[in-house]
Amino acid sequence: MESEQLYNRGYCRNSYNSIASASSDEELLDGAGVIMDFHTTEDDNLLDGDAASPGSNYAMSNGGGVASSSTHLLDFLEEPIPGVGTYDDFHTIDWVREKCKDRERHRKINSKKKESAWEFTKSLYDAWSGWLVVTLTGLASGALAGLIDIAADWMNDLKEGVCLSAMWFNHEQCCWTSNETTFAERDKCPQWKSWAELILGQAEGPGSYIMNYFMYIYWALSFAFLAVCLVKVFAPYACGSGIPEIKTILSGFIIRGYLGKWTLMIKTITLVLAVASGLSLGKEGPLVHVACCCGNIFSYLFPKYSKNEAKKREVLSAASAAGVSVAFGAPIGGVLFSLEEVSYYFPLKTLWRSFFAALVAAFVLRSINPFGNSRLVLFYVEYHTPWYLFELIPFILLGVFGGLWGAFFIRANIAWCRRRKSTRFGKYPVLEVILVAAITAVVAFPNPYTRQNTSELIKELFTDCGPLESSQLCQYRSQMNGSKAFTETPNRPAGPGVYAAMWQLCLALIFKIIMTIFTFGLKVPSGLFIPSMAIGAIAGRIVGIAVEQLAYYHHDWFLFKEWCEVGADCITPGLYAMVGAAACLGGVTRMTVSLVVIVFELTGGLEYIVPLMAAVMTSKWVGDAFGREGIYEAHIRLNGYPFLDAKEEFTHTTLAREVMRPRRSDPPLAVLTQDDLTVEELQGIINETSYNGFPVIVSKESQRLVGFALRRDITIAIENARRKQEGIMLNSRVYFTQHAPTLPADSPRPLKLRSILDMSPFTVTDHTPMEIVVDIFRKLGLRQCLVTHNGIVLGIITKKNILEHLEELKQHSEPLAAPWYYHKKRYPSSHGSNGKPRSRVHHVQLVRSFQDGRAGGDDSDEEAVHLLDGSNL
Amino acid sequence: TVKMKSVFFIELLSVVCFLLLTQAGAKNSEDIRCKCICPPYRDIEGQIYKQNVSLKDCNCLHVVEPMPVDGKDVEAYCLRCECKYEERSSGTIKGTIIMYLSILGLLLLYMVYLTLLEPMLKRRLFGHSQLIQSDDDVGDQQPFANAHNVLSRSHSRPNMLNKVEHAQQRWRRQVQEQRKSVFDRHVVLS
Repeated sequence: MESEQLYNRGYCRNSYNSIASASSDEELLDGAGVIMDFHTTEDDNLLDGDAASPGSNYAMSNGGGVASSSTHLLDFLEEPIPGVGTYDDFHTIDWVREKCKDRERHRKINSKKKESAWEFTKSLYDAWSGWLVVTLTGLASGALAGLIDIAADWMNDLKEGVCLSAMWFNHEQCCWTSNETTFAERDKCPQWKSWAELILGQAEGPGSYIMNYFMYIYWALSFAFLAVCLVKVFAPYACGSGIPEIKTILSGFIIRGYLGKWTLMIKTITLVLAVASGLSLGKEGPLVHVACCCGNIFSYLFPKYSKNEAKKREVLSAASAAGVSVAFGAPIGGVLFSLEEVSYYFPLKTLWRSFFAALVAAFVLRSINPFGNSRLVLFYVEYHTPWYLFELIPFILLGVFGGLWGAFFIRANIAWCRRRKSTRFGKYPVLEVILVAAITAVVAFPNPYTRQNTSELIKELFTDCGPLESSQLCQYRSQMNGSKAFTETPNRPAGPGVYAAMWQLCLALIFKIIMTIFTFGLKVPSGLFIPSMAIGAIAGRIVGIAVEQLAYYHHDWFLFKEWCEVGADCITPGLYAMVGAAACLGGVTRMTVSLVVIVFELTGGLEYIVPLMAAVMTSKWVGDAFGREGIYEAHIRLNGYPFLDAKEEFTHTTLAREVMRPRRSDPPLAVLTQDDLTVEELQGIINETSYNGFPVIVSKESQRLVGFALRRDITIAIENARRKQEGIMLNSRVYFTQHAPTLPADSPRPLKLRSILDMSPFTVTDHTPMEIVVDIFRKLGLRQCLVTHNGIVLGIITKKNILEHLEELKQHSEPLAAPWYYHKKRYPSSHGSNGKPRSRVHHVQLVRSFQDGRAGGDDSDEEAVHLLDGSNL
Repeated sequence: TVKMKSVFFIELLSVVCFLLLTQAGAKNSEDIRCKCICPPYRDIEGQIYKQNVSLKDCNCLHVVEPMPVDGKDVEAYCLRCECKYEERSSGTIKGTIIMYLSILGLLLLYMVYLTLLEPMLKRRLFGHSQLIQSDDDVGDQQPFANAHNVLSRSHSRPNMLNKVEHAQQRWRRQVQEQRKSVFDRHVVLS
């Protein structure tokens, strides 16, 4: 129900719609320069003359050249109504109008600049506020990311034990100065006590294992429970990854409270809990949400951004760049991520601001130094071994795996989320989180690769086996016995440790794949990047070790013979893990450029860009073969957000007439007349309908378009007039014209609503192909567009109608040939000789009292009807 | 808007304070270390050495002691060792964890108050009628109620206490609305 209403909306351009102080709207309509009076001229004359008028209207009001100061001259008696020009919750913004508003504000400031020093300072402040707000955003998101990193590491280790000497240290920090010198004991120190040691007093043995197991599950469950409770009680919007919603918001949608203070606080707090609970989720996506919350909150400090939804979205674009910058320690990758994945409107100015925000955020995080390694990220690889051309084959295979995994994950996760959305099962969010956390904890503990933090796992998988490593993955059999065992690191036969590790990794892979599907979409903050990367890294490492062993045992194959000399190091399994991680992430999110940059910034492996590119591209191709949308688009579609994807191409040949509302079977379009409605009738229309905007027409006889008025603005204006203006009664006349209509002497004072009328609504003719309409909507960011025929308003197309139409076409896209022929036949005939639209009589709903005056209106477009009658549908 | 601005300035201040705190977490002498990992060499096991030395002294010769090999082998042994200088700020970590836990604690207390104590208190004080009344606040359904809200927002309210109460009421209604759309109707974020 709600999503139905999400789309219907109208708008107004109240402040810049007066064209010049001398011209009335009658003149406006006449684009050719011939002044016509609507009250005296016959409709037929106008039909010919006004063909150009919508165009000229656009040029004047949307081109930014309007001398809008005249608005205030004209309406100096009317103070601006508070609240007009703002948006309701779950409504789309009008980019065109917001940009115009900003230009006008800018002009005002510029013209005042020379008046006084104070005004000059204000203009400077205004000019700098963009940089200030992104600086503040960068500072805040860097600091918050540092907090989250430190707290999540600590809480994660709390599941295993506690640092007795200083409670606030995690395992590694606790053993900072310990003197355990051997490799076997490298992770142990007397200060760090596991729970079994604390409670039972013994560190080894089955009893302590069970005790540790129990405590692990206990902590995981309590963290998950706390997280979901906090989310449910304080800020339900804090759940999920947030990227689909941010994408939608950036494309021009209002979700009130989604980027608010409480969401920020609860998301920060519960993100730590969710990560620490060991669920198969990451903190990267939610960090983007956190950064966007910071951006939104700081934009309230600056009127330039707080009062303009389009400008605010520029800050949010920069903020999301800062978010990725701190999430991955990849500032450039963050900027590219914002450009490729999140942003809708991304001018160069925003690019520079994103760059700066990412820089500031990365700087702050680096100075907090959360990992204690003086790097921004946990997994920084330090090997620079070369790779060989034949290795591209396994890399591409990893890409195929990534694409398959991505397609499978999206299908499965969407199916599961749809189930959650539509069935009763979705009524128990807390229970679901507890259940998933319990299963995760119970299964994860026995396997060392799933027990540890996912980031640590990725780090271990990325790291190459050097002599300094002591992990199980690196227990190769030494081929030379005795003293020289570890001196060189050529490819070696795998030892029992590696085989055991392979088994555990396979189990971990299956476990991660299953759990991630059920975890993404839980009602806790949950990101997707880290689990996807972990799956890819596990698969990559397995493939890497397999290739390595292959090269060892079959070094006489021509492939290996050419490149791998016996005893030389030629396969780096860590590199395979890296490539696999990138491929899986690419398969899920369908990012390309930004992903490669993120991975190479993450790992510092500049040499490995070509393998990464090959794998990511393959994974995108394979993934796209199974379904074109990435996980975020899929979630947007699942939730029915009004997001018009700029990447998709519109290839059908439908016309505007077929998409517009009202449809043939619908009741006619609700319109308002410009000067003969009373307040009561207007309220009646608003109460009876649920439309978010109403076209305003000249009169019942001539149904030519005057403008467009928003439901929200009308209600606010009427309420405001009731409070502030004397003499407004239920039977007061409402007029949208410049001058009050002539009224009988005893009638109450009329109500002028011209200030809320948008006199330059976008219009298209009914024969405009939909590809053009879709393009207009995408590129200009419209909310709605009126459909006219000979200047007469026939219907309206909203963003929702377009999305519904796209969805319809997607479902009927199989029988491509039939509709194509059908449209092809009629397509060139945009002159109106084929296809029969209903005569406007049935489209336009006039208020009850006007219904009797229909005959006059019919005559006026006799010509049109005649023309259209030529062919039948 | 004055109130709103002040809230944001407080937030700004807290962020700045946090930043200062992280910087001021003065360089404790414990907070630097040089960690040398030396792989197995001949019959010597792999060893890890940690010393509290400055960056310029962070090399095998200064850190590895006692040196497990004698004179002529030192160079060969040290070549294999890898030394890394690391620093942390224990003050930041301590401050962060304490701050995090205190915020979490406050939130938990407030949550317990909101979900358990307040309904109980209300029931005891007002009886059932009040509860029911406050629940069926359906004003949002009417088209003109919204306009009412928008316009009344611009009017000034008499005193601070009212303001706080009003803000709290509004916040609650918002959360209620969010909860409905996320958990009941599954319109967003499912």
